[in-house]
Amino acid sequence: MSDVKTLATVWLDGCSGCHMSLLDMDERLIELSSRFRLVYSPLVDRKTFPEMVDVTLVEGAVASEDDLKKIRKIREHSRILVSLGDCALTGNVSAMRNMVGPLPVLERVYLENVDLQAQVPTVGVPALLDRVRPVHEVVPVDVFVPGCPPSADTIYQVLTELLAGRVPTLGGVAHFG
Amino acid sequence: MSAEANVRTLTIDGVDVSARSDQTILEAAREHKIAIPTLCQIEGLSSVGSCRLCLVEVKGARRLQPACVTRVEEGMEVATHSAKIDRYRTMILEMFFAERNHVCSVCVANGRCELQSLALTLGMTHVEIPYQYPQLPVDASHPRFTVDHNRCVLCTRCVRVCSEVEGANTWGVMGRGAQSLVITDLKEPWGASETCTSCGKCVQVCPTGALFEKNRAMSKARKHPEFLPYLRIMREGEQP
Repeated sequence: MSDVKTLATVWLDGCSGCHMSLLDMDERLIELSSRFRLVYSPLVDRKTFPEMVDVTLVEGAVASEDDLKKIRKIREHSRILVSLGDCALTGNVSAMRNMVGPLPVLERVYLENVDLQAQVPTVGVPALLDRVRPVHEVVPVDVFVPGCPPSADTIYQVLTELLAGRVPTLGGVAHFG
Repeated sequence: MSAEANVRTLTIDGVDVSARSDQTILEAAREHKIAIPTLCQIEGLSSVGSCRLCLVEVKGARRLQPACVTRVEEGMEVATHSAKIDRYRTMILEMFFAERNHVCSVCVANGRCELQSLALTLGMTHVEIPYQYPQLPVDASHPRFTVDHNRCVLCTRCVRVCSEVEGANTWGVMGRGAQSLVITDLKEPWGASETCTSCGKCVQVCPTGALFEKNRAMSKARKHPEFLPYLRIMREGEQP
C-alpha cells in the first residue's frame, strides 16, 4: 500500500502528556493505524530510529546532551518534523530552570535535604545542557502544534492534514497552555 | 462650532466611516466593528500607546501609527491589516513572550489571559526570538493580592487605574526598557504600602497573570475589567 505513511514519535524533556493526548484520540487511532505505520515511539519496541520516516512528532524540549544528539539524528531522518506541545515549542515547564541554570536545581534535588548518600548522579544519565531550548532553536521544524498538551482533536487534525499531503498551520486554532 | 463641523470622514480598510474629531482611529474602527488587536489599551482608562499591537498604516505617513492614540483626520486612509502590519504584530508579540517568563501551562491566568489569546488570534505558534529567562521577583506580601513580575508585560494598566480611577497612586514604574518593573510606592513590599487601599482594581484590569488574587482557584480567577467604563459614566453623571 503506497498511501501508508510511516510515523515516529519521540519523547524528549516533557511529561509524556502529549503522548497521553495522542492516545486520547480513542477510536480514531484505529482509523489512523490503517494509514500510518508507527515505526518508532516510546509506545513500540524498536530501539533505533529508521533510515527515513515520513512524519515525526516530537514531544518535549531539548534539555540534555542526549536530547541534542537524538533530535539532530531524528531531523536528518525525518521528512516532516512536528513540534508537539508547549515544551517542544517554548521550553515550557522544562525551561523553568533556565532562570537559575542546571546546577542549583541538581543541588536542590540531590544534595540539599537528602539524608543518605547525597550525590548528583553522573553515571548512566546524560549531562544537562546549560539551557533548555525549544526544538526549533536546535533544528528546523516544519509544523508547530501549541498546547499543554495539544488536544486529541488538534493532533488528529494535524495527522489527517499531513496524510492529505498538506502542511497544517495551527495559528488561530490551538493555543499555548 | 456646529456638531457637523466636528465630524471627520475617513476610510478604514476601504470602508467609509465617520467619527468625531476627538476620536481615535481605534474608537472609530470599533464603532464600525473593525477589529484592531490591543493589549495596553482598556476601555475606561487613558491610552498610552505603549504595546504597539494596534499599529495601523495611514496613507502618507512614513511610519506605522498606534491606532489607540492617533486622532482621526479628514480624508485619512487607514489600513488595519497588511503583510507588513501582521509581521510587526507577530514580532511584537514574540518580544513580549521572549522578554519575561510566560509559562502559560502553569500560570494562574491560563485560559483567561489576554497575551495568550492574542497569540491565538494573531496566529503566533512559536517564538523565533531567543527567550531571555530573566530572574524576576514575586511579591506576595499583600494579604489579598500577589504581583508576579515574570508575567508582567508593562502595559501600565495597573498604574493608570490606580491613579485615574482609585486616586491612590500606589503603582508606578521604575527602571528603563526591559528592566522596568511596576512597583508599589517607592518599591516597598506591596503589603507594606501606605497608599494602597486594597481596592483590587489593578488586579481586575491586569491582562495577564502578573496581578492576581490569592486563594482563588484558576476557574474562579476571571477578571472583571468591565466595571471601568461603568464607573466612569456614573462619575461623569455626578459632575455639576
